[in-house]
Amino acid sequence: MADRSLVHIAFYAALIAALGLVPPVAIPWVAGVPITAQSLGVMLAGVMLGPVRGALAVLLFLFLVGIGAPYIVLAGGRSGMGVFASPSVGFLIGFPVGAFVAGWVMQSTKDMNVLVSSAIAAAIGGILVVYALGIPGVAMMTDLSLAAAAVGSAVYIPGDLIKVAITAIIAQTVARGLPSAILSRS
Amino acid sequence: MISIYLDKESWLHRLPAGVKLLVVAVVSIVLFQLDSVWVFLGGLAGVFALYASLGKDGLARLSVIRGLLMFFGIVLVLHWLSGTFFEGIVVVMRLTILFLAANLISITTRMDDMMEALMPLFKPLQWFGVQPRRFALGVTLVLRFAPHLMQIFAILREAYQARTGSRNSWRLLAPFAIHALRMSDNVAEALKARGGSAGLSR
Repeated sequence: MADRSLVHIAFYAALIAALGLVPPVAIPWVAGVPITAQSLGVMLAGVMLGPVRGALAVLLFLFLVGIGAPYIVLAGGRSGMGVFASPSVGFLIGFPVGAFVAGWVMQSTKDMNVLVSSAIAAAIGGILVVYALGIPGVAMMTDLSLAAAAVGSAVYIPGDLIKVAITAIIAQTVARGLPSAILSRS
Repeated sequence: MISIYLDKESWLHRLPAGVKLLVVAVVSIVLFQLDSVWVFLGGLAGVFALYASLGKDGLARLSVIRGLLMFFGIVLVLHWLSGTFFEGIVVVMRLTILFLAANLISITTRMDDMMEALMPLFKPLQWFGVQPRRFALGVTLVLRFAPHLMQIFAILREAYQARTGSRNSWRLLAPFAIHALRMSDNVAEALKARGGSAGLSR
C-alpha cells in the first residue's frame, strides 16, 4: 500500500474525529433530536476513498477512540473502551461496513454524475447498512424487540438524510475543485 | 477534558492492560447470561467501589454515565410500551455496569499500553498490506491531523463570520474539504520526499 494511501486513510480518520467535535444541531421538525456531524465523516470516507481505504479509515478512527486518544472522540465527547460496551455498539460496527459499501457503490457507478452517485452511495452505505447493523445491536444490548429498537433509532434518520445531501454536495464540489481527491474514482 | 486517562498511581493503574481487558470481556459475557436484580445491584456496588478506590477524582469520573442517561430513558419508555418495564430496569442496570467497567480500563491505562495490548487484534490488517510500522505511522498522523483540521475549520469560520456576520454555515464544509485535502496531499508529498514510511527511523 502506497504511503499516499496511508496519509489519506489517516486524514479521513482525523476528519471523522474532527466532525465529532462539531457541536450537534437540533432539528426542530423532529422533536429536536440532536444531529451530529460524525456519520457525515463516515459517509465521506467511503465516498471519497473507495471501499478498502474508506473502511480502514473508519477502523483506524475507532481504534483511536478505543484506546482513548486525545481529541479522537465519538460525537458527544465519548471515548475509551466504554463506547464498545454502550448500546450503540452496533452502529459503531456498522460504520466501517457502511463506509466499505458506500465506497463500493461509488466505484461501481463510475459512469454516473458525481452528485447522484455519491448520494446513492452515502444513502446505501451510510444509512441502510449502518442501521442494518445498528438496530440489531440496540435490540441485543437492550433486550428490546427489533421493531422497538428500530422505532428508537428511526429518529436519527432525517438527520442522516441531511448528511447524505451534504456528502453529495461536498463530493460534487471536490470533483470540480480538486478532482484528484475523489480517490474512489481514480 | 482532552484525554480520558486519569493520571495517577493506583493498583488498577499498575495492572497490565491485557489483564484488565480480559477481565472486563469475561465480566461482559457473564453479565449477558444473568438477569437477577440482586446480582446487578451487587455489580453496581462493586463498580462504584472500584471507582472509589481511585480516590475523589476517580469518583468524579462516574459522571461519564450522564452521556447514556437520555438513551436509558428511551429504553425504559420503549420497554414500558412493550409491557416489559421490569426487564427494562434490569437492562439499564446491566448496561450501566458494562459501560462503567469498560470505561474504567480507559481511565486507568495509558494510551500506548492500551495500543500494545490491542495490537494482536489488528493482525488481520496485514492481509490488506498494512504493516505494523505503517499502522503506527497512521496513528501518529491521525493524532496530528485531528487538531490541525479543527484549526483549519476555525480559520474558515472566522473569515466567514467577518464577511457575513453569521457564525456557522454548511457552506463552509466544501471549502473546508478542499483546504483540508490539499493539506493532506502536501503531507503525502512531504513524506515521499523524505523517503516514505520505509525511510523513517524507528
